[in-house]
Amino acid sequence: MEKKSVWKKLTSSRETSLVIVLLVLVALISVKNPSFLGMQNILEILKNNSVIMIMALGMLCVLLIGGIDISITSSLAFAGMTVGMLFKNGVIHSMLLGFLIAMAIGTVCGLVTGLIIAKGNVTPIIATMGFMYIYRGFAYLVANSQWAGADALGDFKNFALESYLGFGLVNNVLIIVLICYIVFFILLKWTKFGRNIYAVGSNAEAAEISGINVARVKISVYTIMGFLAGLCGALAVTIYASAQPNMQQGKEMDVIAACVIGGVSMNGGRGSVGGALLGALILSVIAKALPLVGIDALAQNTVKGFIIIVVIVLNVVTQRMMDKSNLERREM
Amino acid sequence: MRKKVLSVLLCAAMATGMMAGCGDSSEPASNGGTTDDANANNDASGGSDDADDASGGSDDASGGSDASGGDVSGKKFALVTKSAGNPYNEKEAEGFEDVIKSLGGECIIKHPVAATADAQVSEIQSLISQGVDSICVAANDENALQAALEDAMAAGIKVSCLDSKTNAASRMTFANQAGTTEIGQALMDAVYDIAGGEGEWAILSATSQATNQNAWIEAMKSIMESDSKYANLNLVEVAYGDDEPQKSTDQTQALLSKYPDLKVICAPTTVGIAAAAKVLQDQSSSVKLTGLGLPSEMAAYIGDDDAHSCPYMFLWNPIDVGRLGAYISAALVDGTITGAAGETFTAAGMDNSEYTIVDAGDGGTEVILGAPFKFDPSNIGDWKDVY
Repeated sequence: MEKKSVWKKLTSSRETSLVIVLLVLVALISVKNPSFLGMQNILEILKNNSVIMIMALGMLCVLLIGGIDISITSSLAFAGMTVGMLFKNGVIHSMLLGFLIAMAIGTVCGLVTGLIIAKGNVTPIIATMGFMYIYRGFAYLVANSQWAGADALGDFKNFALESYLGFGLVNNVLIIVLICYIVFFILLKWTKFGRNIYAVGSNAEAAEISGINVARVKISVYTIMGFLAGLCGALAVTIYASAQPNMQQGKEMDVIAACVIGGVSMNGGRGSVGGALLGALILSVIAKALPLVGIDALAQNTVKGFIIIVVIVLNVVTQRMMDKSNLERREM
Repeated sequence: MRKKVLSVLLCAAMATGMMAGCGDSSEPASNGGTTDDANANNDASGGSDDADDASGGSDDASGGSDASGGDVSGKKFALVTKSAGNPYNEKEAEGFEDVIKSLGGECIIKHPVAATADAQVSEIQSLISQGVDSICVAANDENALQAALEDAMAAGIKVSCLDSKTNAASRMTFANQAGTTEIGQALMDAVYDIAGGEGEWAILSATSQATNQNAWIEAMKSIMESDSKYANLNLVEVAYGDDEPQKSTDQTQALLSKYPDLKVICAPTTVGIAAAAKVLQDQSSSVKLTGLGLPSEMAAYIGDDDAHSCPYMFLWNPIDVGRLGAYISAALVDGTITGAAGETFTAAGMDNSEYTIVDAGDGGTEVILGAPFKFDPSNIGDWKDVY
């Protein structure tokens, strides 16, 4: 019985080590700047990183099947820019419609990407690199050299300010993040589709033989990723009250980094919703803390990269120890 | 330094040789010292003397066409902006194109895909091979374009800058939207006024390498040090938001929590000021904002009451920057000017015409559009639909 609990502890140690890293980071920063642990500051961190946090869920699924998607911020910009321009030109006025249009655009973008990868047998990084340029180009075309500013967005920007979804307590954006995490936790843990994702990622051939439609799983996963990117397009527009065709450019790397920090394997088959969440949180805390603790502006990116590497190395070492101790047990 | 002087000399010689066939290529060398009257009112420092002397040689060549203003119809004028998809750049291009078309020239606008020097270099190279007569560029990097632009000048193309300059060796002159000192002074006075003459203030800039922003920040700092009026203002930090809404938001929030007594944030960048305005306004912060921003982006934040985060801000009219750039290009091509300080040219329909080329203080010359324009609650409604 005692053995069992130790074993349990070990299997969960991957997340545990991340929690420890996160706590150490937060503690160090709080010593330097006590206001860091304030409720308002925490909510600000979550809100300012909600786009990364949500997209990390989609990226988790993509990485789980052994793929990668670097076109996500492009489809995000395409969706967000479209909604921004629709509001700016007075075509739509309904917030809900704005979200639906953005999600629809993102879903179609993801579906097309998925079809090319699954049916065309194109390597994911190549296919999504192409779509990265295509969708970003669409964003520029839609924008037609304009931005949609706070004034043009009207009521749409208020969504990120209000908290009616959270019964007046928690900001709307954070409720959306929470819903996404609950849905994906259930999806990956307790549904057949979730198990199929892990199966395809662990061994695609075996999955195919055992009757899983691998192509369909792949298409679904990229479509889900696109849907989340579209949702985040609308969210980014409301959070920053501004739609610009270059929005979130380069952030796809932050999303992938969040997953990798969270222990998601780039080779597929391994990773969890909790890990993705912790990875995204660690990144968010770093981004917020670097200017707060007074690190020189020029050095901030270097320090960020350094911390990411350290966390990943720590994580890999933990993983190795875990595997080793599991193997030892098996031999006994 | 020797190399720089030599290259300027070479460029001037080349330019002279190309000029409407009336230039005498043997002249620049002997003519170098005879430009005193053209530069008499120019308090050039040592560095810019070289440039002046070098280009001075072509005064004679241009002298002939000075009166007529020359004819630029059928000539090809190119504009390379900072990047695609930015309304500010688009408005610049619009002004540029209007003027070139009205003068009967052919206009080629190039928006690089990314706001990098690399992207501009490849645009410049393709323009050289297209055989344009002039290139006007809003430089993404002060030095990185030098090789490409020197190639262009060597090919007889008239090179000028607008909005954001290159180093002196890479340009003939520069359409400056507002003098660095004028902007620094306007921003400094705004900070002084909004802070009530004393207290802590911070700057939220674009990237740490941004040419314009760094020049303005330096100007603000030196104005602050040189006048005891600003002695009670304390600049606590210069933060960099990399012109990214997310990072600018993080940086603004960090400023607020690091400096509880902060009174004013000055953001001399359009993305940064919009992000900061949103943070301050959403939090109903007592910290106020000023800086340089686009009216269309900032309309929702400009107001005198507590509900708005920005009492007033500044910018220039990017359409006019483009128009000035076009008139400079045309005057360079038709020989009215060579880019030397003291030369003048007319710009039909512009407020401060006729314009005079002045020393830019970096060894090169510039033409200053005018003082920055103040956007406040009384006029923001008229401007937000313009740009």
